[in-house]
Amino acid sequence: MRTYREGLRLASLGAALLVGTSGVLAGEVNVYTNREPGLYSATLDEFTKATGIKVNAIFSEQGLAERIAAEGEKSPADVLITVDIGRLQQALDLGVAAPIRSEVVASAVPANLRDPEGRWTALSMRARTIYVSKERVQDTALTYESLADPKWKGKVCTRSFQHPYNVALTAAMIVKKGEEKTKAWLEGVKANLAKKPSGGDRDVAKDIAAGVCDLGLGNSYYVGLMANGKNEEQKKWAAAIRPVLPTFEGGATHVNVSGAVVTKHAPNRDNAIKLIEYMTSPDAQQVFADVNYEYPIRAGVPVNAFVASFGALKPDPMSLADVAKARKRASELVDEVGFDR
Amino acid sequence: MTAFRFPGSRVLAWLLPLPLAVPTYVTALVYVEILDAAGPVRSGLRNAFGRGIADAWFPEVRSLPACIVLFAFVLFPYVFVAARAAFLARDPSIMAAARTLGSRPVHLFLRVALPLARPAIAVGATLVLLESLNDIGATEYLGVRTLTVSAYTAWLNQSDLAGAAQIASIALLVVALLLVVEELQRDRSQYHGSANTTARGEPVELRGIRAGIALLLCALPVIIGFVVPAGFLALEVVRRELLEAAGPALIGHLWTTVFLALAATAVVILWSIAIVLAARIRPTRLARRIGFVAGLGYAVPGTILVLGLFGPLVGLDTALSRAWELATGEKARLILMGSGATLVIAYVIRFMRVGIVALSAQLAQTPPEIDQVARVLGARPAALAWHVQLPLLRPALGGAALLVFVDCIKELPATLLLRPLNLETLATVVYGAASRGSFEDGALAALVIVLAGLGPIAWLTQAMERTPRGGARAPLPDQAAF
Repeated sequence: MRTYREGLRLASLGAALLVGTSGVLAGEVNVYTNREPGLYSATLDEFTKATGIKVNAIFSEQGLAERIAAEGEKSPADVLITVDIGRLQQALDLGVAAPIRSEVVASAVPANLRDPEGRWTALSMRARTIYVSKERVQDTALTYESLADPKWKGKVCTRSFQHPYNVALTAAMIVKKGEEKTKAWLEGVKANLAKKPSGGDRDVAKDIAAGVCDLGLGNSYYVGLMANGKNEEQKKWAAAIRPVLPTFEGGATHVNVSGAVVTKHAPNRDNAIKLIEYMTSPDAQQVFADVNYEYPIRAGVPVNAFVASFGALKPDPMSLADVAKARKRASELVDEVGFDR
Repeated sequence: MTAFRFPGSRVLAWLLPLPLAVPTYVTALVYVEILDAAGPVRSGLRNAFGRGIADAWFPEVRSLPACIVLFAFVLFPYVFVAARAAFLARDPSIMAAARTLGSRPVHLFLRVALPLARPAIAVGATLVLLESLNDIGATEYLGVRTLTVSAYTAWLNQSDLAGAAQIASIALLVVALLLVVEELQRDRSQYHGSANTTARGEPVELRGIRAGIALLLCALPVIIGFVVPAGFLALEVVRRELLEAAGPALIGHLWTTVFLALAATAVVILWSIAIVLAARIRPTRLARRIGFVAGLGYAVPGTILVLGLFGPLVGLDTALSRAWELATGEKARLILMGSGATLVIAYVIRFMRVGIVALSAQLAQTPPEIDQVARVLGARPAALAWHVQLPLLRPALGGAALLVFVDCIKELPATLLLRPLNLETLATVVYGAASRGSFEDGALAALVIVLAGLGPIAWLTQAMERTPRGGARAPLPDQAAF
């Protein structure tokens, strides 16, 4: 009996404390993020230091765009920060995004990395690379198509192909080659798998280091994070692999973006736009490049030296908006060939 | 554990429920870390026997079989706690009678003890079933394609919320069906023991090699389900000096977690009391169905539940803030979503079943004659509930509350999606670290979750130990009405 009476008292106290912090104060911006904020907390801190605007955030890998849509006109969200072009497209589909009216952003970000109608902008760019074993693979130029080459039978590792990064790659393949060839490609890659798709991109490096497989798909920045992080085991994984910037046959490298939208009902719209302007500024772009090992989207900001050692990135010129539109079909194809099973 | 006594058996009675304190996703993360191709175990084997041999026979940890084994070890305490309570509470005279009729020990167990405990084992097994079904974190991490994961794919990649809802409904239908079958079976078989017997069933003393085997068998689940994961976390905390680095932030997260869990637990318990008593006093189909439906939230994967909740919760919230605006003239934001109240509501929906099951089990143990006597003596339903049945429920309240509390502390998916800005619980801290690809950084938070669950679980065991043998007071015993 005592337990729950006390519980009630504590709970009402707790609720009161929480309510007290939820009002709209001047000088705030509310961020919903699909990206772990710890990954760019330095940028957010710098923003607060420079502008005096406090950043409030919640993080979840999925479901936040739906939450903004459900919250409607009373949503506290000002900005949704997300990775993957598909997620940005989804925010548009849910109707939660409003045009980002900012000359600063328009001049900082190349047009192909922004929504034609200005409802999202990229903040950083990453390449879908192929990690290969330093010991066992000598190739320095690979194509995405070659992952289906029978010579790699039993040698390929990847995370789930339903993960947005691989769905986007598959969607890009559809844009390039059409559905039929993409399906054959998926079947070919599946036939080469050393193990069931699982884990994340870092696990591909881990598995290559452990000798489970010889090559696999992984995003470019993980190599930098693993090699230069404080986790000793991950340093060993990074040391065992060499990232290759692959190309499509007759094309270039598949890139994806992290990006942001300003919400339709943003209570702190001006601050939201200030935040996005800050994140596309040379300073913040340099942090993305040096701390997160991503490719800056702003011309003139140099790629981090470690990332530059992978070779010069030549992004495929296809429109990211087209990739986003093909992702539903891509995900269905992945299911049809039973890739993850 | 109830029929025999061997060295260490008393301690084990305390240790066996402990795996319940470790969230399934944490156990999955830890075992992948240890048993993966790059982990210490396989690296060691490889150094000892060479790459070919060591890798050829070693089972893959990210697989369906591994996932099943892992779930079994984490969730088995649900069955253990329920079954043990039932074995302790059973009427020893039945066993004695069987023995005098010449029943051999194996027969005694298979033909007498096991059938008597079946309802309790079923209650525990149902909880295990539901927990496995609603899991997304561990299964996804282990690369197992369950219905839940499929629902996710449909929703996230194919923007097909209707498809996701369909798949989720299939899962829910399977659960509902299983629950109904379980319940129908129980209806047909009523087990009555004399609750007020004073006789005690004395456990048999085991010695020598047999005691050793018993000890090993009973210790194994504790080691796999608790000692290894908790030990791994503790080791990481020490190795990375996380304790030294922990700031007041973590204490803040701990308090937030406890506040929310306490609030939700209070609501669940009060509400469960109302539902259980209603079904007892007016045992109509409607009353039972309400209890059944109220408990269904437990079977739905948290994230899918939340997606369904967004609409109604925000609708209610918008209405509330409109009312506030009308009353005060000030502009108001979302009150429930902004205050964490939505989290409490979501926890209540998710864990209602735990409270209902525990309380109705307690009530089912008191013979209906007691109610009849009270009614004959002129007690009206309210008085019957207040003066007779509520006091009868008291022994189970603590246990029920603790089970709900531990579940709330571990809760992740609803917390992630419904929390107000800047709010972190211990579970979201662990999730954040895992998302950054450095799960070890969250080891301290994970360890605190485990420790926070330890107290309540130990308390629960102690309550069970106090129960006289042959008596009827156990928190998760053998006859649940739902």
